[in-house]
Amino acid sequence: MSNVQSSPAQTPSPHRRRASPLSLIVWIGVAVLGAVCWSVLALSRDEEISALWVLFAALASYAIAYRFYARFIARRVLEVDADRATPAERLENGRDFDVTDRRVLFGHHFAAIAGAGPLVGPVLAAQMGYLPGTIWIIVGVIFAGAVQDMVVLFFSMRRDGKSLGQMVREEIGIVGGIAALIAVFAIMIIILAVLALVVVNALAESPWGVFSIGLTIPIALFMGFYLRVIRPGRVMEVTAIGVVLLLLAIIGGGYVEQWGLAEALTLSKEQLTLALVVYGFVASILPVWMLLTPRDYLSTFMKVGVIVLLGIGLVVASPMLQNDSVTSFALEGDGPVFAGKLFPFVFITIACGALSGFHALIASGTTPKMVAKETQVQMIGYGGMLMESFVAISALIAASVIDPGLYFAINSPAGATGGDPTSAAEFVANLGFTISAADLQGAADAVEESSLISRTGGAPTLAFGMSLVFTEAFGGGLAAFWYHFAIMFEALFILTAVDAGTRVGRFMLQDTIGNFWPRYGDLSWLPASWSASAVVVGLWGYMLYVGVTDPLGGINQLFPLFGISNQLLAAIALTLCVTLLIKHGKVKWAWVPGIGLVWDLVVTMTASWQKVFSDNPAIGYFSQRSRYRDAQDAGELLAPATDQGEMDQIIYNSTLNGTLQALFAVLVIVIVLNALYIWFKAVRAGGLPTTEVPKARSALVAPADFFATKEEKEAVARWEAEHRELASAARGAGRGGGPGESGGPGGQGAQR
Amino acid sequence: MNRAAVIAGVRAKARGLRWYLRQVSGEAKWDEYLARCRAEGRDPMTRREFERHRDAHREESARSSCC
Repeated sequence: MSNVQSSPAQTPSPHRRRASPLSLIVWIGVAVLGAVCWSVLALSRDEEISALWVLFAALASYAIAYRFYARFIARRVLEVDADRATPAERLENGRDFDVTDRRVLFGHHFAAIAGAGPLVGPVLAAQMGYLPGTIWIIVGVIFAGAVQDMVVLFFSMRRDGKSLGQMVREEIGIVGGIAALIAVFAIMIIILAVLALVVVNALAESPWGVFSIGLTIPIALFMGFYLRVIRPGRVMEVTAIGVVLLLLAIIGGGYVEQWGLAEALTLSKEQLTLALVVYGFVASILPVWMLLTPRDYLSTFMKVGVIVLLGIGLVVASPMLQNDSVTSFALEGDGPVFAGKLFPFVFITIACGALSGFHALIASGTTPKMVAKETQVQMIGYGGMLMESFVAISALIAASVIDPGLYFAINSPAGATGGDPTSAAEFVANLGFTISAADLQGAADAVEESSLISRTGGAPTLAFGMSLVFTEAFGGGLAAFWYHFAIMFEALFILTAVDAGTRVGRFMLQDTIGNFWPRYGDLSWLPASWSASAVVVGLWGYMLYVGVTDPLGGINQLFPLFGISNQLLAAIALTLCVTLLIKHGKVKWAWVPGIGLVWDLVVTMTASWQKVFSDNPAIGYFSQRSRYRDAQDAGELLAPATDQGEMDQIIYNSTLNGTLQALFAVLVIVIVLNALYIWFKAVRAGGLPTTEVPKARSALVAPADFFATKEEKEAVARWEAEHRELASAARGAGRGGGPGESGGPGGQGAQR
Repeated sequence: MNRAAVIAGVRAKARGLRWYLRQVSGEAKWDEYLARCRAEGRDPMTRREFERHRDAHREESARSSCC
């Protein structure tokens, strides 16, 4: 693009205009809709309400937050500059640095941030009722999660796409940087282990699920071969073939019993753990074109497809919420799904969807290198996170349309329910809900599973809720198909996250060790890549095994660890955001990421404190440890342990979990203290130099938001005409604004 | 609205969707490469070589998806 420097950018500057009467009326309408929905949610106590109130409360709130708060942050706080060239424009190499159409980049970014997290967390948090989760997801995303994603994206973009760890090291200090590096790596291991645990719990004793998910591996291999050898580059074609095969695999799963495969495919949790570890290792050392890339195409397609389907299904079915608005577990803290009261545990159980530190890794990695215009960070960073929040709301609704008795039978650990319908019905009755043993078995039969009792981890619950919604919306008595369709959808992208995550972990490890032993950092040196992969797989595989065999139930032990570590990562990211605003001399705007940071620190530190120091053995890891240790010393057995081996295991696991918990909290405190010192220095000096790349004038013209305004379209058309004279017509049309903007060849429709 | 306008509208939408899917899936990279070669007067490599090139690059850039 260097040959067009003579034409200065003419993107219309976003100066203030008087709002048109029409837009005024529309926004008042949205505000009224939101207010009505929230009032219904607030005022209904004992009567059943429709799920649509939750859905529209969310949508109206998102719209207002996006239009007003996010725009305020972009213009006043960050001062995005349409005249400043982005790294994609300055450093364009057609690979990492690549000017990308904003709508395309939105798709990429959303596909990268949205995974199983926003689906699992809300399902577990439904034990406290639908209201706490709804409020946190919506308020959290508006004031914390989306702000974090957008601000990190912006600051990384101003630094040529530096990673979160690099920025912490350069802008806060070496101590903070090292702490951040360890924290990011450790948190990634925990996340991988917990996600893998969700898959194991969903597939254990489910031959149908194992059959369908197992077939995704040969399907992906076939797609990889097709793209590599048969017809290189035809991604859409091969994805279509893959999706058809995938649907056949789901349907075929219903026949495993008739084919006599049921027994061979009924795997225990331990067998599945081993299979996953082997798979993770192999996938991370195979060339990416074989397995990873084609799997990514499939899972992205399924992800977007199912989310759209779920949105439509919810509106069509308009189901009633069976869940209470606030359950007694929220206030007493004695819920069976996970222990602890509403504060702080609802806020760490729902991480993705409200505030997720993991996003900061993506917002500071790939995405900032592809942004065409600075003004687009609002749409991509803030907008992308709102979309993920919507997914979380949908998951919360799907979990709340299930009969609460069934919900607790599915989500309570086997040690509590006893594992069979009669004992589970009794257990649920003790919690204060009624469901008969026959109804419990009936629910499992409806989706053709042998049992749904104690199928913890969130995936079976969500799948059951989705099958209810889809059956009601689309009819046809396909409950079993929809259930396994939903399981497949979740397992597929968890597996994609597991193999991609293992690779990322491997790269981090090789990079870190490469600082001391340069050869180890060579990504193509097999001894290094194999050993680094083995270490990463070994670490998460070990945590997975710990979770799978935990007599107390792995999910309720490990999920809090996962949630807290994700939120601690968010604390690191938000600390960086505050630091940079202060260093840039914008102390008065430090409250913008500051609100999220303070809240997140209060929540995570309270939760960490309780998990480490609480004297309630259901919450505190160490008091759990001493309770079982004391019993062991006295020669007794404590339920749910059935022998001394299990007693040892519980003692060991609680020590391990507690230590990790304390370690994460200490790392974050180190980073925050390091940052406080910098804040103090920067405030006194009225700002400090940062590593921001100096401004270079942009020669590109591109709209800022989803829908280009009239002025923007004209500006793009003018620029493209000018550009065509200077550079070649073909290159100009495919670049920058995309063909959709000026009504150029082939793209007017994308504009609407 | 008359029939022709509706059909034209649907056509434009379909074109837009196709453009979007080609962009998102990365298929459009090949078109862009060809266009760039034409503009610079170079002979392009074959599609097979081009895609191998992209695979090789993908090998070293891990893209983690989230939780």
